[in-house]
Amino acid sequence: MAAPLTLLLLVAVTVRAALFRSSLSELISERVEVVSPLTAWKRVIEGLALLDLGVSPYSGDVFHETPLTIYLFHFLVDYAEVTFMVSVKKNVFRKQKFALEADRYPLDCLELIRSPKEMYYIPLKVAMFYLLNPFTILSCVAKSTCGLNNAIIALFILSTIKGNVLLSAIFLSLATYQSIYPLTLCAPALLYLMQRQYIPVNFRRASFWWFIVQYAFMYLGSLFVIICLSFFLLGSWDYLPSVYGFILSVPDLTPNIGLFWYFFAEMFEHFRLFFLCVFQINVFFYTIPLSIKLKEHPVFLIFMQLAVISIFKSYPTVGDISLYMAFLPVWSHLHRFLRNIFLVSCVLLACSALFPVLWHLWIYAGSANSNFYYAITLLFNVAQILLVSDYFYAFLRREHHLTYGLYLKRKDGSEATLVLK
Amino acid sequence: MGLLSDPNRRRALISLLTRLNTPICGMPVEWLMKTMQAKGLEVFTQRFSRTLPFPDENKERYMVRGTNVYGILRAPRAPRTEALVLSAPCSPGDNNNQAVGLLLGLAEYFRNQIYWAKDIIFLVNEHDLIGMQAWLEGYHHTNTTGMDWSPLQGRGGSIQAALSLELSSDIITSLDLVLEGLNGQLPNLDLANLFYAFCQKIGVLCTIQGKLQRNDWDSVSGYSHAVQTMMLMVMKQASGRPWGDHGLFLRYHIEAATIKGVNSFRQYKTDATTIGRLLEGMYRKLNNLLERLHQSYFFYLMPSLSHFVSIGYYMPAFGLLAVILLLRALDLWVQLSTPPQRTEDGVTDIEPVRGTHFKTVADLLSLLTPLVISHLTGVALYMLPIRFQEMAVEHFPVSETEAVVLTAIAVYTAGLALPHNTHRLLSGEGTEQGWRVLKLVAVLYLAVLLGCTALINFSLGFILALTLVPVAAFVTPHVPKVLSAFILVILSPACTLLFSVFFFQELQEMPISFQDGWLLFLSVISQGILDHSLYGSLVYPLITLLVYPCWLLFWNILFWN
Repeated sequence: MAAPLTLLLLVAVTVRAALFRSSLSELISERVEVVSPLTAWKRVIEGLALLDLGVSPYSGDVFHETPLTIYLFHFLVDYAEVTFMVSVKKNVFRKQKFALEADRYPLDCLELIRSPKEMYYIPLKVAMFYLLNPFTILSCVAKSTCGLNNAIIALFILSTIKGNVLLSAIFLSLATYQSIYPLTLCAPALLYLMQRQYIPVNFRRASFWWFIVQYAFMYLGSLFVIICLSFFLLGSWDYLPSVYGFILSVPDLTPNIGLFWYFFAEMFEHFRLFFLCVFQINVFFYTIPLSIKLKEHPVFLIFMQLAVISIFKSYPTVGDISLYMAFLPVWSHLHRFLRNIFLVSCVLLACSALFPVLWHLWIYAGSANSNFYYAITLLFNVAQILLVSDYFYAFLRREHHLTYGLYLKRKDGSEATLVLK
Repeated sequence: MGLLSDPNRRRALISLLTRLNTPICGMPVEWLMKTMQAKGLEVFTQRFSRTLPFPDENKERYMVRGTNVYGILRAPRAPRTEALVLSAPCSPGDNNNQAVGLLLGLAEYFRNQIYWAKDIIFLVNEHDLIGMQAWLEGYHHTNTTGMDWSPLQGRGGSIQAALSLELSSDIITSLDLVLEGLNGQLPNLDLANLFYAFCQKIGVLCTIQGKLQRNDWDSVSGYSHAVQTMMLMVMKQASGRPWGDHGLFLRYHIEAATIKGVNSFRQYKTDATTIGRLLEGMYRKLNNLLERLHQSYFFYLMPSLSHFVSIGYYMPAFGLLAVILLLRALDLWVQLSTPPQRTEDGVTDIEPVRGTHFKTVADLLSLLTPLVISHLTGVALYMLPIRFQEMAVEHFPVSETEAVVLTAIAVYTAGLALPHNTHRLLSGEGTEQGWRVLKLVAVLYLAVLLGCTALINFSLGFILALTLVPVAAFVTPHVPKVLSAFILVILSPACTLLFSVFFFQELQEMPISFQDGWLLFLSVISQGILDHSLYGSLVYPLITLLVYPCWLLFWNILFWN
């Protein structure tokens, strides 16, 4: 296990180092699919320069990272490439350990159970999916701070799986501090930790509420500490509108692979607030129904939440996508129930190739316009949504088969088929 | 009042033209500067130099050093925010000896008019495309090709449109309009329509691809003439090279076209003054533009100057070809997913058989190895010819250009013989599933590649699709080997290029013998490599780094067993 993993790490680091040194690195760090106004390295450098000059880094609409990030990079700016590679590796180790813990326990159907031999290979596959994913490589070479966000989320998942309530709350608050959307991961974390401690999820039980209060206290407490720490680091509250106001009110409409920019570019001012609320609620809205449906399977719920966040957040990049795609091997036993995997992978592949082509035709050749680029963005997001919903369907179907048996028979003994209404 | 209605001006123009009729060695920079200054333009020069990666045998240059001279006519009462360009390439010899004279005559005439709202830049560039590239890079402050140029001292505003003149004699029978630019980019159709409409108004014959359009559309010969004209345009667009100096403007979102004067055996001849009136009219129309030309099509094919085929008509043809590949991919996916038939009793296999599971390292290796090796061969084909030209020249009695071209052909042919079937080493024989997975990947890769190519340069994408799609869909290890190998080689990119060279000469009604065709083929390869390093043409890297490895994957599938 250690040997293939080391080999994989070596290959991944070599590829990234080679790309860092080549002339492609400037090209990649300017692509809008890979960096967003929240995560671009150019903006981090700009913020650091402003900080060195004694001016608040949030003046002017350039820098949108949190104060802790500035200070982190202040010390690490010369070793920026190494930092990003280390965060990638850390990410991988966390995912590995998580994958080892996350198996589901088999019931009666032999075919649906995963053999221990398969389970053994899952961490390696997760590591491979994350490290060798071209999206991750591009994100790392562009020095997008998305890698750090991914690392924090991975640490959160690891600590949740290990059952460490305090650490889980701290990492979740760090992740929420960086970008607001991981707030929705509270629900799966709570569900998992309660399951681990055998607290039944029942509104009438005191232990349920007591656990929630405990977790909320730890979470809100650490969030409060981090926010006050940021205030003291920079001496002012300007980072709040610059970071959180920016994420929520979406003032910058640079094209990216998300759904916000085109809508808000053509919208009248009168309706802007309304649609902003609708779009932002869309990200948080799926938490409650999904938690109710998947309350016995919080690990899958984490995956679904991560996917929903990466698709519907205000400034997504390919780094966010690679985070939830890294978890796909954990559910490789669902492959037999997936219906659209071929279509989805073809569309994702074609769209990833067409993004730079249509960008070139729009911006440089002037023969196309923003509609073409947005069409590809829409198609890309539709493919992702189809992927996520396909996995959800496969998961539910497997659960159904585990309960009712694999070969369904009607009352008179003939073979039945399962239809999702 | 029109151009040259004044006899003095006519005399001045004729004297200029006769003076330029003599062969010039290099470019008369001082004389041009003095003349332009005398006409009241603001004159500036730009020096540039560039060492080509290997000597260019067509134009006989290797270390190029030159000077561009340009004069700016400032608009009398307008802010200096927009500009138009009139350029004439100046090359030694008789090649373009009338254009500069006409340009200077026009400059003098334009200087006396009050209706100009945009600055007009009269540019005389040396070493045609290289000088033009240096000027454009200097004007737009970019440096994409590694050329060495001195910064421009004077500038107009943002350039709205440009015309390039090529006139080799002062008696013209027709004007040829050249539209194809770098990487197959075309100017807006409005510019072509504008020129044609104006030619008809003045009464000058206008041709495209050197062919005059016919009136009998219904007859078979008329139709085939139109098809020939369109096929010429397809060939020129697919080559990705700029077919006139205007080709480099298009990259900067400036609509540009080249006007070539043709002196052939026709009864009705026009002289330089009519051409001057034509250009004056064109520039007055361009002067009146309120915004850049963008309303008409950017993607079109022209069977004649008054007809065009837009992207909405020709893209479905390409789409149908791509659908073949997608259907083949779907078929392979379904084949890979059906579990193998079991003849024993119902003991089922615990292993899931959905296609892309790699249970052993051997499976993964048998898929990855051909991919990696094909792409490494592509990289070798891209980099080796230029890197190793000195070594080749030492060991073989060839010139540098021949060394480059022959190395390219050698690497191409060597790729056919690569033993990249690792599964033979690992398990003795390739699995049935192995080649299906490789073919699935290869077919999807080809589909995405062709789609992206067709969006940027439709003609190149379509020609590649026509030759590669049928063979990609049908190749398996089980078809008759010798016949399929022969067909695969005939339809490979290099042979397609060879046939296109002969076909192109046929279309231009100048058929050539096989020897000449082969030499032309070699020079086309060297021009392609030069275009890539000089102007950033994408055809050479596309073919070597992406299309050739894809073709090698299919070659590998054919010889899977």
